[in-house]
Amino acid sequence: MHSAQNIVEARNVSLTFETNDGPVQALSNVDLAVRRGEFVSFIGPSGCGKTTLLRLVADLEQPTAGELRVGGLSPEEARKARTYGYVFQAPGLFPWRTIEKNIALPLEIMGYSAEEQKRRIASTLELVNLSGFARKFPWQLSGGMQQRASIARALSFDADLLLMDEPFGALDEIVRDHLNEQLLELWARTSKTICFVTHSIPEAVYLSTRIVVMSPRPGRVTDIIESPLPMERRPLDIRESPEFLEIAHRVREGLRAGHSDE
Amino acid sequence: MTASAPIAAPGSASATTGAVFRRLSEGNTLPVLIVVTAIVAIWYGFTIYLNAPWQIDTYQRTGAEWTAADLVRDTMAQERPVLPAPHQVVAEIWKTVVDVRPTSNRSLLKHAWITLSSTLLGFAIGTALGILIAVGIVHNRAMDKSVMPWVIASQTIPILAIAPMIIVVLNAVGISGLLPKALISTYLSFFPVVVGMVKGFKSPEAIQIDLMRTYNASGPQTFWKLRWPSALPYLFTSMKVAVAISLVGAIVGELPTGAVAGLGARLLAGSYYGQTVQIWAALFMAAALAAVLVALVGLVQRLVMHRMGAKP
Repeated sequence: MHSAQNIVEARNVSLTFETNDGPVQALSNVDLAVRRGEFVSFIGPSGCGKTTLLRLVADLEQPTAGELRVGGLSPEEARKARTYGYVFQAPGLFPWRTIEKNIALPLEIMGYSAEEQKRRIASTLELVNLSGFARKFPWQLSGGMQQRASIARALSFDADLLLMDEPFGALDEIVRDHLNEQLLELWARTSKTICFVTHSIPEAVYLSTRIVVMSPRPGRVTDIIESPLPMERRPLDIRESPEFLEIAHRVREGLRAGHSDE
Repeated sequence: MTASAPIAAPGSASATTGAVFRRLSEGNTLPVLIVVTAIVAIWYGFTIYLNAPWQIDTYQRTGAEWTAADLVRDTMAQERPVLPAPHQVVAEIWKTVVDVRPTSNRSLLKHAWITLSSTLLGFAIGTALGILIAVGIVHNRAMDKSVMPWVIASQTIPILAIAPMIIVVLNAVGISGLLPKALISTYLSFFPVVVGMVKGFKSPEAIQIDLMRTYNASGPQTFWKLRWPSALPYLFTSMKVAVAISLVGAIVGELPTGAVAGLGARLLAGSYYGQTVQIWAALFMAAALAAVLVALVGLVQRLVMHRMGAKP
């Protein structure tokens, strides 16, 4: 299983939280490999550990058992090598910084030169279609634009891996469709690997090359579905095609199976 | 004036009074005026009521004839009234601020400046100390557990009890003058800054802290790029409280030391000699000083928050 092609590798990864009501198993024996250039979605009901799994990859939590490799390194080494960019559920922009200064934040921390910062801010703003908004403060932007700015911030230092935790969960349907389309375009242009947590079936099927179905108590992987949909171009109306509906059906079955043993 | 000076069109005068009246009634001006007028009226009422017994006593001792009008007039013109009338206080302030050279010992401005200088020094030290303690408390668990109770305990001791001790102890080690007084201001003013800044430094959201971790940001980077700017609104709110109690500290610091100058010394001298008018004048000067200081902090707050992109 160990291979240079895999950017994320999990072997028997488990995580148990100690709480006042006794131990809670957040993740149990997760085996997974994400190949370079893939777009992998993690889907499941709340409490299935999909966010926790992403946080383990990001070294924001540590597994209690099993082995996890990120880009061939331990998660901590990978974090210190700035292997990934992380997009949270909320934009989390710093309100006292303009959009360009928010995007500059990781660049400042990582010690990029002033000219390099300027160049990267311009190019990532263009990538997320926010070029005219560099000097605006976050409150002057809509929720969808703020989330795009936070994606630009995660892209600015050009990490190979993008970890996204329900980034569009708080946005309305139309904005979400639009951002999904833009995200696919961006993924195609940058050849990054994306791990994407969601609880929306259409979103998972539309975006992914592979869908990891998870279920709760204890959090575990119940199914991994390869998408036969074309990689290059996916117009939004592909969601009405029979192939799309068939995968969506399989995902739904997987989610239901995870629930039935309660 | 030129010969062709425009003659006001008929009705324009009433139009301007109309506009003035509208501004008065729509803004805060009218309610404020009403409250102030009410306070002044009540004050005059009490002036007559409280000063009347002594005045009647005087009439009886001298055997003078007096009417109610005489009584009202004379209660407002006593040299050492129980409660001076507002216009007596205003006259005293005018006399000691405008009519006297600012370098004179009788100048209220000079006394205000002496108190102000120790207030500002104490406030500056107190704010810096408060920020430092808050940084320690936020970054060190042991300090959080051990220092915070002492910080709170320090404020339960009456300042009037501890102020003479500070002055005496510092005098014994050869420190006198401005600094001991300023340290009493510091003693009072560091507290709101500690409490506010601990809250401020802990105010960043969990995802903002996580974000800095994903960038592998160092401790100082997280502090200067996230915690410090997050805490600034809390700092200014604390500083407004701190500057006002710094002034109280400076005045209290002047009381037990037998200081010869400063607003506290004026209050003390006034009470020794029954100069109530002088006491009230010093009190009003202190209140005005506090209002100006708080307003100045508020102004700096608005400027800084504007630069930090706060919603107007």
